[in-house]
Amino acid sequence: MASGVLVFGEATDDGGLNPVTAELIAAGSNLGGPVSCVLAGTGVEGLAQECVAAGADKVIVVDDPILAPYQGDAYIPMAERIAKEVDPSVVLMGQTMMGRDLAPRLAQRLGTAVAMDCMVLSMDGDQLVAERPCYGGSARAKYKINGTPQMATLRAKATEPLAPDSSRQGEIVKQEAGVTADQVRTKITDRRKEKAEGVRLEDATVVISGGRGLGGPEGFKELEELAEIMGGAVGASRAVCDLGWYPVPTQVGLTGKVVTPDLYIAVGISGASQHMAGISSVKNIVAINKDAEANIFKASRFGVVGDWKEIFPAFKEKVRELKSA
Amino acid sequence: MPHIICLAKQVPDPETPAAQFKVDEAAKKVIPVPGIQPVPSQFDTIGVEAALRIKDDVADTTITIVSLGPDSSRDTIKHSLAMGADEGVHINDPAVNDSDHWATAETLAAAIKKLEPYDLIIAGRQAVDWDMGVVGTTIGEILDLPSVTIAKDLKMANGTVTVERVLLDGFETVEAPTPCVVTVSNELGEPRYPQLRQIMQAAKKEVKTWTVADLGIETPQNRTTLEALFVPDTSIETEFIEGESAQETGEKLAVRLNEEKLI
Repeated sequence: MASGVLVFGEATDDGGLNPVTAELIAAGSNLGGPVSCVLAGTGVEGLAQECVAAGADKVIVVDDPILAPYQGDAYIPMAERIAKEVDPSVVLMGQTMMGRDLAPRLAQRLGTAVAMDCMVLSMDGDQLVAERPCYGGSARAKYKINGTPQMATLRAKATEPLAPDSSRQGEIVKQEAGVTADQVRTKITDRRKEKAEGVRLEDATVVISGGRGLGGPEGFKELEELAEIMGGAVGASRAVCDLGWYPVPTQVGLTGKVVTPDLYIAVGISGASQHMAGISSVKNIVAINKDAEANIFKASRFGVVGDWKEIFPAFKEKVRELKSA
Repeated sequence: MPHIICLAKQVPDPETPAAQFKVDEAAKKVIPVPGIQPVPSQFDTIGVEAALRIKDDVADTTITIVSLGPDSSRDTIKHSLAMGADEGVHINDPAVNDSDHWATAETLAAAIKKLEPYDLIIAGRQAVDWDMGVVGTTIGEILDLPSVTIAKDLKMANGTVTVERVLLDGFETVEAPTPCVVTVSNELGEPRYPQLRQIMQAAKKEVKTWTVADLGIETPQNRTTLEALFVPDTSIETEFIEGESAQETGEKLAVRLNEEKLI
């Protein structure tokens, strides 16, 4: 009888635990648990206790160089094997590069289905109800999965992690990857990070984003200055990333980054639904736009209708003055 | 003679103004807006562009467009043919036109098998209606092909596909043997727009129509149940900041945010 929740945790490239792991464990716990957490990668064994502290009842460590960086063919054998052994009622992954790729493959392998990019999960009896954005973020859909296990990928920061408890006990086991190099059909030949200066968008408490209304890439210099004053990060709409005005990794939106700052300042951004999907949990949105009818104002707590070129510099300087007071 | 299969889906126009986007909650469907035509899903059009860039280099490449949907899906195939694809396959069967992603993947995989041999299957990273992003990878799994997702660049030569993928904070280059599945993202660039001459030429290109019976499979079953579809109420009361001059307005905004301890 399928029971419990199996989550797939992740390590970061620099050897830490990806925060989505604690969120997945918390989500599994909220659904009733018990929670088993797979921790796959290389040099990840040391992170297992952190998963227990985050609420995992069991951690299955699969530590093998073939598992880093992520490639679907390397992960699917152990993912399938563990899913069948644990026989959970629910399987959760993050809506991450790994989750987007592995979840549908694992679902197909197991003869079940996965609801992707979920914002809210709940149980209706023993059935998972997964709520997720669709139509570019304009609508929400609720799904039930007809098969077992019921799978979902979770949007980052959609779930509060549990308070870490280092005294928590949990079972930690090790398993083999069970795959050889010749079974991995793809080959990564190059990897390049585009390291953003300063605060990471996903971690920033203040995000200032620019859109087509900036009129050109030079406008971003103003936003960068304000970001520096406020200790924040600069984001961009998809339109300006497609135009090459600002780097792709700064794109905020449904197919870009989902950000959860305390304050989001949108400059020259119309507020297309796919952009709004990237800031759907932000409580304080400030919009500066020439168009009083712009969609962004519907979600903004504060708005200024006008030319950003005339408004923003004064805004920035006043912020500088107030912060140094 | 390389053969590329491009999956293309027709969807309600995502440019539909927010005020006109409405959902029939009982039917769990988006209400079509009179005068706003459905369009090819944007990432799928980018997929056709990716195939055409390969064909630009290797002229004897054949590109087949496969689309599953009702009568109107034919327009999406025609648009892709006008861009430069060679032939189309329209799977049109009420038994599967409204299927979930899993039954859709099974249906498309069966159609693709009928179109063997092929070197590459290209799909958009997600359809812009449901945004699920599973069909491409699932087809790869069904057909036991490697899949590489979120491509911003795609090249094919000598039995190898070389993909540049978009990562969260950078890029990676991945090679896969043909045949394989690649899903594409907007970073790949603007799709070419058909000229009138190409639109007229497209009318002469062959489009086959198949039903589930033609695919030689049992009708694929849904694996998910859509319980609800709704438009979330996200509008809030906006406080508009005004001033005598743009300068004053900017300063007032800063002062107001400071009052709320947001600075």
